[in-house]
Amino acid sequence: MTEGRNPILTYLQAISDGLRSEMREDERVLLMGQDIGVFGGAFKVTDGFIEEFGVDRVMDTPLAESGIVGTAVGAAVVGMRPVCEMQFADFVSCGFDQIINVAAKMLYRQGLPVNITVRLPSGGGFSGGPFHSQNPEAWFMHSPGIKVVAPSTAQDAKGMIIASIRDPNPVVFMEHKNLYRRIKGEVPEGSYETPFKARVAREGSDLVVITYGAMVHRALEATEDLDDAEIMVLDLRTLKPLDEQAILAAVRTCSKVVIVDEANETCAAGAQVAALIAEHGFEDLDGPIVRVASPDVPIPFSPPLEEAVLPSVDRVREACRQLLEY
Amino acid sequence: MATSSTAARTGPNTPSDSLPAHLTLDDRVGLLRAMLLMRTLEERAMNLYRQGKVPGSFYDGFGQEAVSVGAAWAMAAVDRLCVLHRDLGAHLVRGVQPDRILSQYMGREDGITGGRDGNVHFGDYRTGCVGMVSMLPDMMLVATGMAMAFKLRGEQRCALTCFGDGSTSRGDFHEAMNWAGVQKLPVIFVLENNQFAYSTPTHQQYAVNPIERAQTYGFPGVSVDGNDAEAMFEATSVARVRALEGGGPTLIEAVTMRMHGHAAHDDMKYVPKALFEEWRKKDPIDRQSARVAAHGVDVEALKTEVRDQVEQAAATALAGPMPEPESATERVFHPRDADEILLEDGAAPWSGFVTSSEGHRSR
Repeated sequence: MTEGRNPILTYLQAISDGLRSEMREDERVLLMGQDIGVFGGAFKVTDGFIEEFGVDRVMDTPLAESGIVGTAVGAAVVGMRPVCEMQFADFVSCGFDQIINVAAKMLYRQGLPVNITVRLPSGGGFSGGPFHSQNPEAWFMHSPGIKVVAPSTAQDAKGMIIASIRDPNPVVFMEHKNLYRRIKGEVPEGSYETPFKARVAREGSDLVVITYGAMVHRALEATEDLDDAEIMVLDLRTLKPLDEQAILAAVRTCSKVVIVDEANETCAAGAQVAALIAEHGFEDLDGPIVRVASPDVPIPFSPPLEEAVLPSVDRVREACRQLLEY
Repeated sequence: MATSSTAARTGPNTPSDSLPAHLTLDDRVGLLRAMLLMRTLEERAMNLYRQGKVPGSFYDGFGQEAVSVGAAWAMAAVDRLCVLHRDLGAHLVRGVQPDRILSQYMGREDGITGGRDGNVHFGDYRTGCVGMVSMLPDMMLVATGMAMAFKLRGEQRCALTCFGDGSTSRGDFHEAMNWAGVQKLPVIFVLENNQFAYSTPTHQQYAVNPIERAQTYGFPGVSVDGNDAEAMFEATSVARVRALEGGGPTLIEAVTMRMHGHAAHDDMKYVPKALFEEWRKKDPIDRQSARVAAHGVDVEALKTEVRDQVEQAAATALAGPMPEPESATERVFHPRDADEILLEDGAAPWSGFVTSSEGHRSR
């Protein structure tokens, strides 16, 4: 991104900026999580918040993920707008029941919307091991009543955290840990929303790589200079609901599709994208849908093992090259 | 009337001669009426179930009417409740209409969930109640969260949640008790000890009575005769005042007995006959009937009136439509531009609220 009049923020600073902006605008917004107050959060997303907003609105909770989500649901239905932080996305398994059975089904069953946002620091690439590296977004995509978003840029991270808080439904906000300090960009000041729609990260017409989160950057790197091919990268940004129009339009333009997930392959977000294209974009295809994802193994700790599992620049590039030659 | 757990479990079913100062005769009749309405509605629903008009299975609170009726009677309009499947009485006290409840059981469009969920799996947000889910006791945390919001905003309100003896084994019981204790929240936990979780007796559920555990979370636990609506009212009132004064949560163990099976299909062969017979003598409706009859109230006339009301409700519900199949995929997400929907105030019939108008205070 070129330097403009807006400040350059990291992806992490952009999330902080969005949270701060929305807390200033809306006194109903309440942050809840483990070590988010005095300590400022395990990743420092809420560093300094307690000084500005106080202990009531930047709540250090007991170590209880089900408790965090369950009490957030209660606070939401009496008019608060809680934003829950799971210290790592992996720990949301301990709060899963409250999201799936209480929050997600409340509106459908009894007409009562549950406005909560659950932030999930997700993803691997730094030897976090099997319990600090997962990408659990598909768990929530499969459960009706939850929106799932996964921004890849600093600008979108801010706009989407604000949009998530304002959305009257439960929103699971996937924030990739590997983007926190590695990705920077120009971020508009003040309050703005990024719509829950896909974004073309780079135009192209020979092949489209459809992906989201950290893999957007991997896809851009892998296809930057690939045998002079014009390669589109489509950043899904929102996984539930999927931006079906944008996906099918990209297939119409490019006819060749590579789908990249950092998540484990079976029933990943990309599997749903592949199914959508097979059902509704088949006539536009000029080759098989190709998927690149982590194999169905826990994310291992040791660097050579983890590198063998997560989709690499080389794997993405090779997949594209083979499909271009098809 | 809150007693030690031993006394509550063996307490005699003798009517009290004196009117408690805080309950007028109208209140006492109101308690009886709500219990009668709950029992008569559930009997009618069981009848509809046997006729094949209630899909799935059917769950009721036969014998436990005093717990939810007595507890809900103590709650103000601005208070909020999470109600369990054997607590239909709480919904009635808060103002849910009987025909909508029968429609709910039959999966009809005019039921509270419009056919999206069955039996007492509902909450009418217009009465300040959040419906339960089957995963027990998830709603303990939701009630704790409501109480947390009240405290953060400095409001004079509290939340109440019911759950069973089986629920005390799950992690959410611990998380809610601990959270509420740490933050000293205005929440009332009503543990309905009805002796069995499906077929599992309490001695296979816990080694230490949850009442004793309450103090280890930093707040009191009291054991109450759960078959006495007035005892339930009083214990809940005390807990509510304590909550509003900033004293924090209370755990109330309502000692009662599930007098029907877990659901309509359950023959209860695992319940010892002697235990069942012992509890049959402690019927909460008989007890309250004797109390008000001693003050000249015509209980038989009241029963006839309630029966007529239920028959009318059944006629209305049976005439109502089933939901449109196309509607099955609607209302999964709330539109951004739609009005905000929050829990609203429910009815609060206790004379103490009506005269002080506390029950009608807006937020």
